[in-house]
Amino acid sequence: MAENTNIHENYKRKKNKEEMKQQVITFALMIVFTLIAFGMVMADLSKLFVIPVLLVLAAVQVGFQLYYFMHMSHKGHEMPALMIYSGAFVAFMTVLTLSVLIWW
Amino acid sequence: MSDQTLNPETMPEQPERATLEGKNKFLGFWFFLGGETVLFASLFGTYLALRNSTNDGPGAEELFGLELVFVMTMLLLTSSLTSVYAMYHMKNNSFGKMQLWLGITVLLGLGFLGCELYEFYHYIHGEGFTLRSSAFGSAFYTLVGFHGGHVTFGLLWIIALMVRNAKRGLNLYNAPKFYIASLYWHFIDVVWVFIFTVVYLMGVI
Amino acid sequence: MSTAVAQKKGFGAFIWDYLTTVDHKKIAHLYLVAGGLFFLVGGLEALLIRIQLIKPDNDFVSAGFYNELLTMHGTTMIFLAAMPLIFAIMNAVVPLQIGARDVAFPFLNSLGFWLFLFGGLILNCGWFLGGAPDAGWTAYAPLSTVSPGHGVDFYVLGLQISGAGTLIGGINFLVTIINMRAPGMTYMRMPLFTWTALVTSTLILFAFPALTVGLFLLMFDRLFGSGFFNASMGGNSVIWEHLFWIFGHPEVYILILPAFGVFSDVLSTFSKKRLFGYTAMVFATTLIGFLGFMVWAHHMFATGLGPAANSIFAIATMAIAVPTGIKIFNWLFTLWGGTITINSAMLWALGFIPSFTIGGTTGVMLAAAAADYQYHDTYFVVAHFHYVIVGGVVFGLFAAMHYWWPKMFGKVLNETLGQITFWTFFTGFHLTFFIQHFLGLMGMPRRYWTFLPGQHLETGNLVSSIGAFLMAIGAIVFVINVIYTSVKAPKVSGDPWDGRTLEWSIPSPPPHYNFKQTPLVRGLDPLWIEKMEGRKGITPAEPLDDIHMPNPSILPFIMSLGLFIAGFGFIYQVDNLSYLWLVILGMGITLGCMLTRSVKDDLGHHIHKEDLEKEGAEQ
Repeated sequence: MAENTNIHENYKRKKNKEEMKQQVITFALMIVFTLIAFGMVMADLSKLFVIPVLLVLAAVQVGFQLYYFMHMSHKGHEMPALMIYSGAFVAFMTVLTLSVLIWW
Repeated sequence: MSDQTLNPETMPEQPERATLEGKNKFLGFWFFLGGETVLFASLFGTYLALRNSTNDGPGAEELFGLELVFVMTMLLLTSSLTSVYAMYHMKNNSFGKMQLWLGITVLLGLGFLGCELYEFYHYIHGEGFTLRSSAFGSAFYTLVGFHGGHVTFGLLWIIALMVRNAKRGLNLYNAPKFYIASLYWHFIDVVWVFIFTVVYLMGVI
Repeated sequence: MSTAVAQKKGFGAFIWDYLTTVDHKKIAHLYLVAGGLFFLVGGLEALLIRIQLIKPDNDFVSAGFYNELLTMHGTTMIFLAAMPLIFAIMNAVVPLQIGARDVAFPFLNSLGFWLFLFGGLILNCGWFLGGAPDAGWTAYAPLSTVSPGHGVDFYVLGLQISGAGTLIGGINFLVTIINMRAPGMTYMRMPLFTWTALVTSTLILFAFPALTVGLFLLMFDRLFGSGFFNASMGGNSVIWEHLFWIFGHPEVYILILPAFGVFSDVLSTFSKKRLFGYTAMVFATTLIGFLGFMVWAHHMFATGLGPAANSIFAIATMAIAVPTGIKIFNWLFTLWGGTITINSAMLWALGFIPSFTIGGTTGVMLAAAAADYQYHDTYFVVAHFHYVIVGGVVFGLFAAMHYWWPKMFGKVLNETLGQITFWTFFTGFHLTFFIQHFLGLMGMPRRYWTFLPGQHLETGNLVSSIGAFLMAIGAIVFVINVIYTSVKAPKVSGDPWDGRTLEWSIPSPPPHYNFKQTPLVRGLDPLWIEKMEGRKGITPAEPLDDIHMPNPSILPFIMSLGLFIAGFGFIYQVDNLSYLWLVILGMGITLGCMLTRSVKDDLGHHIHKEDLEKEGAEQ
């Protein structure tokens, strides 16, 4: 019994460790994205190109935060995901409206 | 609930969701973050609507310098990783290491907050740019200030948890508390990703 | 002497019990009493409005006071009467319907109530401190930013605090319904009232943050000199309109959906049939919830958003008639072929169907953006939203109270008085508001203090005012009914209506742990299933065991009191900066309570198996 627990515990630790490795890779990628974002702005590229890319980079970073750092990729996150996406939908409508519908 | 059930020898796979209270906290807090998404969206929308309303005062391009913002971004991003480390050690039931990583998280957060206060101080006293300067000023300070307020609250929260549990260690009663505090901390970083993108980077383009 | 002391102590203990309670059934009582009182206040304001408009050129109240009346009538009825009364019913019923012993966050449940109450008190303090809010319940900027005195400040702080309470309550119900369902209670077996409570809570979660931000911006503009809505600083007042209606339109669905749930349960119980088209009803409920977030700009057709935006929002708005129509037909088909019992609860449900349909029809009329330029800001709009809110929400609340009163208090409301209430209120309601459609079409603008003679508006307004008095009589009879019932009526069993859902399987009023053994749910209308199979009660899902219950706490009350104090500090620091001490004091109290709550372990307590067995023997 005790041995069994031990095996289980060791397996769990190993799994956690592997996940932690993934997290560090995620972190490295986020640093890279941030550098690209700041670099693009400093390089004075065309606005039409930079702004969409900046927004995509931000969205990907947020996805990393949610799915890896906040573990939304794990089981049992169906309801959190549903509510975050619903919130994101309302958020999107709000931002869209306030940025295009105000100055007529 | 007896002491035994709350203090198992090894942590279950998801210590934050091992009790009904933990499950409820976990779900409720995620939902709260869903609501916070709309809260910050309303602030971002307001900022986007008013970003050019400088009322002949200083605008984004003249004000913002990217060096400090880059440092702040790195501080907050790193603090996100350190709080992931803390949760990793929580799952392995190594309380000491968890406290250590949380401590580093707090220090990074304090660094971020210090930079933000310096930035605001510089704008107010150096540039004469305040909440009352223009609609742009109001929107800027409200959006970034709300985020700063969240950082402050998160720091106080994590410190309170660390101090409270320093002596008794980790159990299934406080594991969910640590876990949702770390969720909150990640969410703060999520918001910051949009702030440095939308406010600062898009502001100086 | 000893009896006097005992009685006094008994009363003190009673008060203390309610101040500290975390029991969802007692919190339901608190919401019911507070919401009921605010309903009477809001009703009184409505009567004063109707007295002022009873004849042309009336000077019963002054123009400024009239503005305060109409603002406070709307604000009170929406935020302080309808919302808390819905929370009262949700608190009383939802945990019972899903077979739970309590809500997910009992402490937060109590906090939600006290925040609402103290917010409501701040809002009403304006009456005694130099003038109530007077910029309309929508508080459009720039009227609200330049309104003199502190009236609108009370609106801002009061709604901010009570809004926080509502948000907390919404999250609590979401988690309760998702996490605390009894074994076998799948989503598609939940009674429709629980379903609507779930969707309403979701709407609260996503709608209230927009109001929170809007109120903060308004507060900063009024109290700290920011310029969000100030055109001379580059601000734009349309931002307020959007934020307010991004919250405001879901808000009306937050109010009406639980009423839909009430009618679904009432109609099915008193028709002795399962609800017709249960799946379609669930689908329609969620669809209404979803569409509720896509239509807010139909309140702003006349703002000048441009034809493209107006068309999109007009079409989205008309689309809502589809799921609502599904519901209306499902209710009718539930009645069809049923063994119908007509009593007070059922009368409200039957009265609701045509009344609400009229309100829905005028809603589609108003959704036509081009026509709306004609209806805009007239009594047609007033008639429309009273038809949906009174004809839907208030009728729903009356139906719910008659239906669940025995569950909450163990006594059935008097039937004769109940029917008197229904007929006076129902007649009064249609007298008051039906004629207002025509007043609006004739051009009478809303929110005006007075109207001129000789424009054919006299008769309509007189009829409308007479109707208002009938509604008041109906409401008073209901209050008499409540008092009469609590004094005279006999106790009834746990299942006076031959009910179908879980709440009717336990005693009335329920013991504070609700279910001695968690029930096993075997289908939709679980109690009815057991009855059809000849069993008396629900099959338990577990053996009798110790029950874990949360501890009472005074912290929610003190926490809300702290925000109440800080609210006054924020309002008055404009006049004198030393009031900032009140802000520090109040916030200190609140944050201190939060810290106390965080560091002090609260593991709850257990009711022991032996005591439960003893209670069982006594019954």
